[in-house]
Amino acid sequence: MKEQLKIDFNKIQEVSNFSNRDIEIKKSYLNKFIENGFPNRKQENWKFLDINQIISNNISDLSFYNDYSIENKIDSSIFIDDLEHNKIIFINGRIEKIDFSYEDKKQIEIIEDFNIIDKSENNNSLIDLNIALSNKHFKILIKKDYSLKKPLIIYHLTNEKMKSKNINLRLDFELEQNSSLKLIDFFSDDSEKNFMNIFYNFNLDRDAILKNYKIDKSLNKNLKYSFNNINQKQNSISETFVFSAGSDYFKNEINCKLKGEYSSAFINGIFSLDDNKQHEIRTTINHLVENTKSYQLIKSVLGKNTKSAYQGRIYVDSKAQKTDGYQLSKAILLDETSEFNAKPELEIYADDVKCSHGSASGSLDDNSIFYLMSRGLNYKQAKGLLINGFLLDVIEKITDAEIKDLLKKMIGLKK
Amino acid sequence: MDTREKDIENLKDYKYGFTTDIENIKAPKGLNENVIKFISNIKKEPKWMLDFRLKAFERFKLLKEPNWQKPKYPKIDYQDLYYYSAPKSMKDKPKSLDELDPKLLETYNKLGIPLQEQARLNGIAVDAVFDSVSVATTFKGELTKHGIIFCSMSEAIQKHPDLVKKYLGTVIPTTDHFFATLNSAVFTDGSFVYIPEGVKCPMELSTYFRINASETGQFERTLIIADKGSYVSYLEGCTAPMRDENQLHAANVELIALDDAEIKYSTVQNWYPGDENGKGGIYNFVTKRGLCKGKNSKISWTQVETGSAITWKYPSCILKGDNSIGEFYSIAITNNHQKADTGTKMIHLGKNTKSKIISKGISAGFSDMTYRGLVDINSKAKNSSNYTQCDSLLMGNKCGAHTVPYIKNKNFDSNVAHEATTSKISEEQLHYCQQRGLNPEEAVGLIVNGFCKEVLQQLPMEFAVEAQKLVGISLEGSVG
Repeated sequence: MKEQLKIDFNKIQEVSNFSNRDIEIKKSYLNKFIENGFPNRKQENWKFLDINQIISNNISDLSFYNDYSIENKIDSSIFIDDLEHNKIIFINGRIEKIDFSYEDKKQIEIIEDFNIIDKSENNNSLIDLNIALSNKHFKILIKKDYSLKKPLIIYHLTNEKMKSKNINLRLDFELEQNSSLKLIDFFSDDSEKNFMNIFYNFNLDRDAILKNYKIDKSLNKNLKYSFNNINQKQNSISETFVFSAGSDYFKNEINCKLKGEYSSAFINGIFSLDDNKQHEIRTTINHLVENTKSYQLIKSVLGKNTKSAYQGRIYVDSKAQKTDGYQLSKAILLDETSEFNAKPELEIYADDVKCSHGSASGSLDDNSIFYLMSRGLNYKQAKGLLINGFLLDVIEKITDAEIKDLLKKMIGLKK
Repeated sequence: MDTREKDIENLKDYKYGFTTDIENIKAPKGLNENVIKFISNIKKEPKWMLDFRLKAFERFKLLKEPNWQKPKYPKIDYQDLYYYSAPKSMKDKPKSLDELDPKLLETYNKLGIPLQEQARLNGIAVDAVFDSVSVATTFKGELTKHGIIFCSMSEAIQKHPDLVKKYLGTVIPTTDHFFATLNSAVFTDGSFVYIPEGVKCPMELSTYFRINASETGQFERTLIIADKGSYVSYLEGCTAPMRDENQLHAANVELIALDDAEIKYSTVQNWYPGDENGKGGIYNFVTKRGLCKGKNSKISWTQVETGSAITWKYPSCILKGDNSIGEFYSIAITNNHQKADTGTKMIHLGKNTKSKIISKGISAGFSDMTYRGLVDINSKAKNSSNYTQCDSLLMGNKCGAHTVPYIKNKNFDSNVAHEATTSKISEEQLHYCQQRGLNPEEAVGLIVNGFCKEVLQQLPMEFAVEAQKLVGISLEGSVG
């Protein structure tokens, strides 16, 4: 793999036009990755689902170079019609289109040259890989006091041309004071056996609001990893929602740093898995100053041969008095081959805090099924209704009414 | 200073800080095959026991010291420890209490355990372990009547080799983790309990441990076997003399419950925690594991941990038999510079197995406390359930409280529920108590005792009183 990496790395540098400084940075990250390799179960973070093993079981001859010289045709049938929106379209990792047609162009800036060093210090070799091999990165800057009129949807599309490839994507978002962004990540794949590695970095200035919805719904045999690093200043709010269902493997990592007073972070997630799928959400919320708040709710519905894992960590610094932190994870196991793992972790150094977590897992409640069946539903309907209600709880946490309705429709949940 | 303050001042200093001057026999410093042979030889052990030790030692050489735990400690030089020391008067075993070294008896009196008195009044058979060798075992007659074997490990190896051979190392094998394997190689003594079929042990069995000789790692080994349909409640309590350097304590405790048997194991641990600046104190790295081997068996751990510089242990239950039950009740209190990383593991293997975990952590001063637990429901453990509750209380913003539960549910018939909260004592509660005439310390004591009540209730009477006092003493000086 080492040789392949080096060859592919050089190829990428040839076709891209990075500054010398960037190439040096990338080289150092590449060396770091070569040293550590893909993470494995020996690392605490990867204990439940070992990406190293999963990649080697699923993808033979992983290659890291993608030819981006040819434009891909955009299939507009994939677009979400029910919602007017701005678009960024990635096909096989290549940026095909950036469209902010609903917005005031002066208020949004797209910057291609910025410092690509990862300051989150998270010791994650997949981030090292991402920075080393991503072929293009840019930053979207939303100016002071500007709220995007329409949501931004980032389409992550792949077609059958792609196989055994590793795609690395990197986007930075800078939300200036009192600005706001609604961002939907929409995944749709026609390819299989690829590994996608997505790294988003968000900086939220005072009073900024970020809402990020990730929707992985269409069934596919790709492996995905997504890392959101969110830095928050005073009074800012971040809301992250993950619908994790379609890919064979998907790990969402969300790392929030609440650096300003009265900032808050909300993370909600749904795993709806069937047929050999293995998904994970790992969150780290760092409460670093006083009066910050976080809330997390993760629910799983697990079918045949599936495995979901939730690792949630709340860290409360000794300065962060009056912190309010809450975590809840629930799982329904539908089949004897399904498996649920959780590690809800609290690390607390301040005394005037309110932190709690809960976790529950089990099968569907027989009494409830009996109740519904005695009212005339058949077993399948009763089961469906219970799962519907179980998941609806999470969707209801979404604060944007329009997107909430869209998601309900997309996932097929009834009110 | 009024009398009350003086009282508190006195209490703050470690109550049991004194040493008895007894000449010790020591094995040469260091860890090697010869030392193990020396230990085995001096205890007149049969060959199979020596082989057990050597096998463990072979394995130990391959193992690395773990370092994933939260509290870090300076590196221990395992070659710089004494692995055996015994009170000299032990060479010719005393037949009764009167024959004991008077100095030894005095030590027990200082600790508040006059053997005969306490034994008679409380109906407890006391097997006092002074350093590493059992000195006196009382109330044997009463126990023998029921066919119960309660003796030191060395005695059991001599007198009941079949039982020891059959069960020793079946729960904690010689191939286990670093500290457990070290124990298997060099353990010196401990308690052995066998409850025969259908017998309900008529009294609480109790052992008092005491660490004495300087620079001696303490390696006790306890083995409790409850045969079919039997019941036993075992108490373990610890006090240790004041000492300047850190002392390692790596005991192994194995419990085995056969069909319909029940074992209740209670610990009050109050070892020397080091001084206010975090200097000195005991390292308590104990491996405690219970195996519910038979159907309908039950093992229950109760612990009150107030001492030690570092406590690092996870009393666990392996629920192998169908319908077996595992319970874990814990209070852990850390003050000053104490550190604790403790919790439990519940491994569900059999059908209809149930487990319950109640853990209460209180940290004050500059201390650090971690609850780390594992609930693992195997795919064959149909219709099993677990309930976990771990609450932490913080006093001051220099201390830390952490919760790291691992939950693995591989069975769709089973239910796992976990709850955890972290908070401080609320101002309203304090205000309410003070309004009714309690001073702040008393108020905190009352609230903390209420916080711990669920666990304290599980302790046998004799321990509950002592434990309640300990909870109060441990938190002295942390208010305000």
